[in-house]
Amino acid sequence: MKTFLVGGVHPADKKISADAAIEELPVPKIAYISMAQHLGAPAEPCVAVGDKVKVGQQIGKATGFVSAPVHSSVSGTVKSIETVLDLAGKPSTAVVIETEGDEWMEGIDRSETIVSEIKLEKKELVEKIKECGVVGLGGATFPTSVKLSPPPTATPTCVIINGAECEPYLTSDYRVLLEKPEQVLIGCEILMKALGVNKCYIGIEENKQKAIDLLTKLAVEKNHPNIEVVKLKKKYPQGGEKQLIDAVIGKRVPSMGLPVDTGAVVQNVGTTFAVYEAVQKNKPLFSGVMTVTGDCSKAQKNFLHRVGTPLNEIMDYCGGIPEDAAKIISGGPMMGKAISNIKAPTLKGTSSILYLTEEQTKRKEEGNCIRCGKCVEACPMSLEPYLLYKLWKVRDMDQLEDHYIYDCIECGCCLFTCPAYVPLLDAVRQAKASVMKIMKSRPKK
Amino acid sequence: MLIIFTIASLVVLGLLLAIVLFIVAQKFKVEEDPRIDIVAAIMPGANCGGCGKAGCRAFAEAAVKDGLGDLFCPVGGNATMQKVADALGIKVEEKEPQVAVVRCSGSCDKRPVTSVYDGMATCSTIASLYGGDTDCKFGCLGRGDCEAVCQFGAIKINPKTGLPEVDEDKCTACGACTKACPKGIIELRNKGPKGRRVYVACSSKDKGAVARKACLAACIGCGKCAKVCPFGAITVENNLAYIDYTKCKMCRKCVLECPTGAIHEVNMPPRPAAVKPAAANPATAQPVKPAAPAGEVKTPANNQ
Repeated sequence: MKTFLVGGVHPADKKISADAAIEELPVPKIAYISMAQHLGAPAEPCVAVGDKVKVGQQIGKATGFVSAPVHSSVSGTVKSIETVLDLAGKPSTAVVIETEGDEWMEGIDRSETIVSEIKLEKKELVEKIKECGVVGLGGATFPTSVKLSPPPTATPTCVIINGAECEPYLTSDYRVLLEKPEQVLIGCEILMKALGVNKCYIGIEENKQKAIDLLTKLAVEKNHPNIEVVKLKKKYPQGGEKQLIDAVIGKRVPSMGLPVDTGAVVQNVGTTFAVYEAVQKNKPLFSGVMTVTGDCSKAQKNFLHRVGTPLNEIMDYCGGIPEDAAKIISGGPMMGKAISNIKAPTLKGTSSILYLTEEQTKRKEEGNCIRCGKCVEACPMSLEPYLLYKLWKVRDMDQLEDHYIYDCIECGCCLFTCPAYVPLLDAVRQAKASVMKIMKSRPKK
Repeated sequence: MLIIFTIASLVVLGLLLAIVLFIVAQKFKVEEDPRIDIVAAIMPGANCGGCGKAGCRAFAEAAVKDGLGDLFCPVGGNATMQKVADALGIKVEEKEPQVAVVRCSGSCDKRPVTSVYDGMATCSTIASLYGGDTDCKFGCLGRGDCEAVCQFGAIKINPKTGLPEVDEDKCTACGACTKACPKGIIELRNKGPKGRRVYVACSSKDKGAVARKACLAACIGCGKCAKVCPFGAITVENNLAYIDYTKCKMCRKCVLECPTGAIHEVNMPPRPAAVKPAAANPATAQPVKPAAPAGEVKTPANNQ
């Protein structure tokens, strides 16, 4: 069985919500649709207060190459355009829409029929994906159209679909694979056509055997000879772009290089489904699948949420916040972000609400580094976290740069494995940001 | 015999090497302006980088090479600058001494904690992760990044208020804390005559209602201070008042006017009783008072 070569850890699986079918969440009464739902420049609102909008209507336009338009997820009247705080309490501009009914834009195909014929040409496909505001749903929310327009120096040779879902607890990608397998396969075909390649791998970890069997079967039955399902050994962070490329095609992304330098373009399962809907159903990205889970959670569910639904409404819908929850995380327990503002609206990239107990989240007291080297072993990017930590303590920026701190993917394996509970990730993340700032401030050659 | 031979050979070897070294030293001598050494000796030697140069020697090199220009040693202050100017035979303008001012007054009792943070206890880490453990996204995070960078022990977090406090006798206005603060709440302001100054101790750009909800001591941007200021020293931008210290004449009307107490006064003499006659005012020894003492006394009276 394949996996990536260097580092990695094995956190407990905990896919408690794996058997819960995707349910549709009720449409929120008031939707707060943020303009900063993607990596890059935030979108600019293109509706005014008092305007009537329909579901799927564009309400924010992209403001640069690395940017994405935003579409309304509800129909109703624009109540205001104001600053709202995201789940980490950081402000962004949002269009607030008061919902009236559920009227969709004409042209969006809401039927369940599966359209398998791809009518658009290569360039039109990328344009369509851009127009529909599709972004990477694996966590980084990088605009998909940018990934599908590789620099002229790189020649893509294959598409890799990321179905690893290596984070514990999360099950949204798994449910999409199980419930929309044909759509995902057609999505793969679209991505291949858009990039002009004729090979696609779907990387799925061994703990999702049902999905592996189903997709392998359908790839043959529905005549997708270029799509290969690759069974991967369970290991975190397999879902990391660079790790997945290593695991599936055995190539390593060079330091400071782009993943496409290896010839592979990685897309998440959720993104692939969104691409299918955008191209074949003309449906912009305004909803997503998310998991509500946790050992102490009152419900274990997978939901189709409309972007802009306040998180606390989803929590209430699932029976409220459990009493013994000490921390609420959005995303997986390894890389997710703690939610400090539960009134924050969902974004395109919101993948979960995860309740963790006091015992699970409490930090243990920091001890002294005993130089056991576990963090070096665990680091999937071949860095030396203990050393980076020490260098950061004395603020030695030159040495930090010499030790490739900019390669850190902030997966948290070092912190997870450290027996002395040294806050390696906290320090390395800080150091990385500082070093990157210095590097960017240098004049370009 | 052996001993004599050993000593003799070493002496000869030593002499030969000395000659070689002497010739090399003459040949590859680096000509350096002797004034650099003189200036470097005058500098305080803190190497804090407050002047914008790498250290005191770099300052001396720059001063000798390009003149003083905008260079200013915040640690040595005007006295050192005058000495440097004398040594170089040039003139230097006197600068107002400055001091670091913390523009946040959201102490623990005024600004409730709304989330528990248990990660690495530095402000920069918190700022990179989220808005902070209170509802104010602009205020002090209280983990003491400023304290950690201060080389003079001049800024310390007060555990009672959770806010940094500046010891103005020790503060040299090197500006290290202003750069270290991820929220940018520390500002260098003129020390003011006799150390007296008035400033807005808040950095919140939130709208009034939001700011007030998060912190009882927040500037809500109501603009009352700007209206009452007779010198046009106060501007309100993005729901936040700012006092221009070059224009402020320290009449302190704004301090009384501010509904949340966000405007602080430092080292001021006790306020004359509100109903005292205006004539009593000059006696309270306020050297920079403008010619409007009557109005100043009236305002608080009108308020009450």
